[in-house]
Amino acid sequence: MTKITFIDAAGQSRTVDAEDGSTVMETALKNAVPGIEAECGGACACATCHVYVEESWVEKLPKAESMEEDMLDFAFDVRPSSRLSCQIKVGPALDGLIVTTPEKQG
Amino acid sequence: MSEIIKTDVVIVGAGPTGLFAVFELGLLDIKAHLIDILPKPGGQCAELYPEKPIYDIPGFPMVTGQGLVDNLMQQIEPFGPTFHYNEMVEGLEVLGTPEAPAFRVRTDGGKVFETKAVVVAAGGGSFQPKRPPVATIEAYENSSVFYAVRKMEDFRDRTVLIVGGGDSALDWTLNLHPIAKRIILMHRRDDFRAAPHSVNAMRELVASKQMDLLIGQIAGLKGEDGQLSAVSVKTADGVVDVACDRMLPFFGLTMKLGPIADWGLNLHEQLVPVDTEKFETNAPGIFAIGDINTYPGKLKLILSGFHEAALAAQKVHRYVYPEKKLLFQYTTSSTNLQKKLGVS
Repeated sequence: MTKITFIDAAGQSRTVDAEDGSTVMETALKNAVPGIEAECGGACACATCHVYVEESWVEKLPKAESMEEDMLDFAFDVRPSSRLSCQIKVGPALDGLIVTTPEKQG
Repeated sequence: MSEIIKTDVVIVGAGPTGLFAVFELGLLDIKAHLIDILPKPGGQCAELYPEKPIYDIPGFPMVTGQGLVDNLMQQIEPFGPTFHYNEMVEGLEVLGTPEAPAFRVRTDGGKVFETKAVVVAAGGGSFQPKRPPVATIEAYENSSVFYAVRKMEDFRDRTVLIVGGGDSALDWTLNLHPIAKRIILMHRRDDFRAAPHSVNAMRELVASKQMDLLIGQIAGLKGEDGQLSAVSVKTADGVVDVACDRMLPFFGLTMKLGPIADWGLNLHEQLVPVDTEKFETNAPGIFAIGDINTYPGKLKLILSGFHEAALAAQKVHRYVYPEKKLLFQYTTSSTNLQKKLGVS
């Protein structure tokens, strides 16, 4: 099982099992990880599943497509490591992924 | 005071659920006014995902958000609903009794309604502009920071920092450019979502030094008494101060429950609890349908909202026509219903 660690804005860390084929956003919701709202339900239409990917993982993930970049314009406090978690597909290559949730979503 | 609009029902929110409520109420001869903060019908379907396909609307293997809204607008046309766009319901006052409810509803645009029932179909709440991530921004709002242009004159001879990369940011860059002292457009990346022709027009103005383009993000605000003097901007080369006296951030919209929280309704985690027979709230005559309500087993699906609208309409009928007995009829066979639909 792929493990993903979510760290919230206060620094608390939660490591959960992620199902391959699902998304990081779905994994967060399924495990009641706080700090991810996903208002639109994964349609890449709201920027409320914004996460910061840990430095060492930024290059390992497939690059954001232009739709995701466009939507990131609407996210709160965007940084170079910003991604929308609904657009990150879970697979064995992501085992050990660490993401931090922002102080707030939008 | 403006003239009071008298109606059977006020529907708060013109998303798919609010629109379909017009249909179900209309079949029961109940007239509705709809109020929505957006400038168009459709709520989240039209604002968040107009082009995304939806696969779980019964009878439609696939329909886009906007396609569904267009179909609903066509479906409710025979009932002649009145739309009040760009307005948010601010106040709700109870006038009647629990047996014969009546309400006075006020919008932020100054409209006043008197109605026998209120159907809250407000989805995730009202869409409101997203604030940039700067702690002190509230002190400048409505004096030098604006999230929309209401009067262009407010920007004449001003140095305006416009922030964002979508159509709102680019359109206002081009529209305010002739009257502003100077326009500075700032975006977090040198890539714009806006329509290519406006991006090209902006690039030409930048090339001929008639305006400035800055790639960066807001780091802080400078000024006093609500009057902005400069914005600190984080750029690739470090933090720089950009002198300006007006800022227009366009970071899209977010949903907030808003004034509904002050209407005396029971709330549970920003949702309105209802019964599952009439979808009525704790306040008789006020109904909540669609994503805004909660009850055991609630699913936030458009189809649930449609079902809830049909059942709520039955009870609304009792309030609007207390003397009339409600006869259950099918649109397939009832000439009475078909007449209302304009098809018989």
